[in-house]
Amino acid sequence: MSVNKVREILAQHGRLSVPVETLQNDSDLYGAGLTSLATVGLMLALEDGFGIEFPDSALSRKTFASINAINDTVSTLAAR
Amino acid sequence: MNMHSNERDTEFAALLAKVHAMGRDIIAPLAAEVDRDARFPREGMQALRSLKLLGAYVPTELGGLGLTLLQIAKISEVLGHYCGSTAMIFAMHQIQVACLVHHGMSSDYMRAYMRQLVTEQRLVASATTEIGKGGDLRSSICAIEIEGDTFSLTKKAPVISYGVDADDIMVTARRSANAPASDQVHVLVHKSDYTLEPISGWDTLGFRGTCSAGFILMCQGNVNQILPTPFSEILGHSMHPTAHITWASLWLGIASDAMNIARSFVRNEARRNPNTPPISSLRLGEADAVLQTMRNDIHAAAHEYQALLDGDDADAFSNFGFVIRTNNLKLNASRLIVDVVGRAMLIVGISGYRNDSKFSLCRHLRDAYGTGLMVNNDRILNHNSTLLLMQREG
Repeated sequence: MSVNKVREILAQHGRLSVPVETLQNDSDLYGAGLTSLATVGLMLALEDGFGIEFPDSALSRKTFASINAINDTVSTLAAR
Repeated sequence: MNMHSNERDTEFAALLAKVHAMGRDIIAPLAAEVDRDARFPREGMQALRSLKLLGAYVPTELGGLGLTLLQIAKISEVLGHYCGSTAMIFAMHQIQVACLVHHGMSSDYMRAYMRQLVTEQRLVASATTEIGKGGDLRSSICAIEIEGDTFSLTKKAPVISYGVDADDIMVTARRSANAPASDQVHVLVHKSDYTLEPISGWDTLGFRGTCSAGFILMCQGNVNQILPTPFSEILGHSMHPTAHITWASLWLGIASDAMNIARSFVRNEARRNPNTPPISSLRLGEADAVLQTMRNDIHAAAHEYQALLDGDDADAFSNFGFVIRTNNLKLNASRLIVDVVGRAMLIVGISGYRNDSKFSLCRHLRDAYGTGLMVNNDRILNHNSTLLLMQREG
């Protein structure tokens, strides 16, 4: 389940102000304290973890807005 | 269709002519006094109201002038020619209005308020920064406390530009007492529902007429005064791009005015010595090229944003490339205004350095140095350097 791996990476690199376990898959990560600086670390870790590269077109707030959103993008990129 | 847009263009050209006349006759003659006394430019603001310009960005269906962001930027630029502080107040007000127009149309309360803003030509200020947060807009210490249908909020704001003279203030705060610092809402509060306790004054190098003193803001209101969109989205979609585009535009106005002063000085020199072209005319040529760079940069950013506003891809506003380019506009424009005004000063020489000469550039230069600090360039650069790590292609 890639969503569990996303949660794991998010817990390690997201620097959120609340524990990842308390978040729903559709919770707003920006509201949970995701900053732009943390997004960089998160993106790089997702790239390493899933062996993918985020294209520039995927680099927007929406991509990192929730666990589901990240998982959707990661799954799409990994399927390529 | 074409005829319609031609008519709109003619209408806007007529409005701009009125703004120029108002700038010449009302705003410019008082600019030195407003600057010297660091006082609110009330005559200029009254003149803006008489042209219904405080509702310029409000859609016509709510009684406003329904101007585009490009047109708001143009008016900011024109005002910059006459008084940097008046132009800055105009721009800051429009930034708040843009947040309401882009994010409040689905709310009956906000629509009714926008109508009222137009009718009463209400002036809206902003309280985003907070003591203890060091200029970071994206996190708050203060939180709204909701009880039934009402909320209350206390915020220690290091600056609220024209806070005393505003009719309403838009404030950021945490959504609730137990929300994380970044879970922010944007609320509109009215003068009758807030008090401002002064904590610092505004005796600065430039933009003195903006009266951006610090206050403890204590306010209350109905929960429908909370914009339905989270502040993080309002910032990216509206506040950030509108601020940098309108600010850069008014800075362009200040820089252009400095160039006009330099040009008329060089022309005087040329008249005096018709046989030897003044050496300063070379410098004028150089400075004009810098000014053109500044103008083109703003033009590109403003058109890109207007195209996003005219399109239907809400996600495009948060694309990191767009965010980086908007930040670059601010970095560039704030450096170029200092460059242009400095060049104009060299051209004009001691007459530009004097406070009491008709060629004085002192206020222009002092205002120019403020631009790199209002949202500090280092903070912006830091943000961009982070985002650039994620991008693959520039």
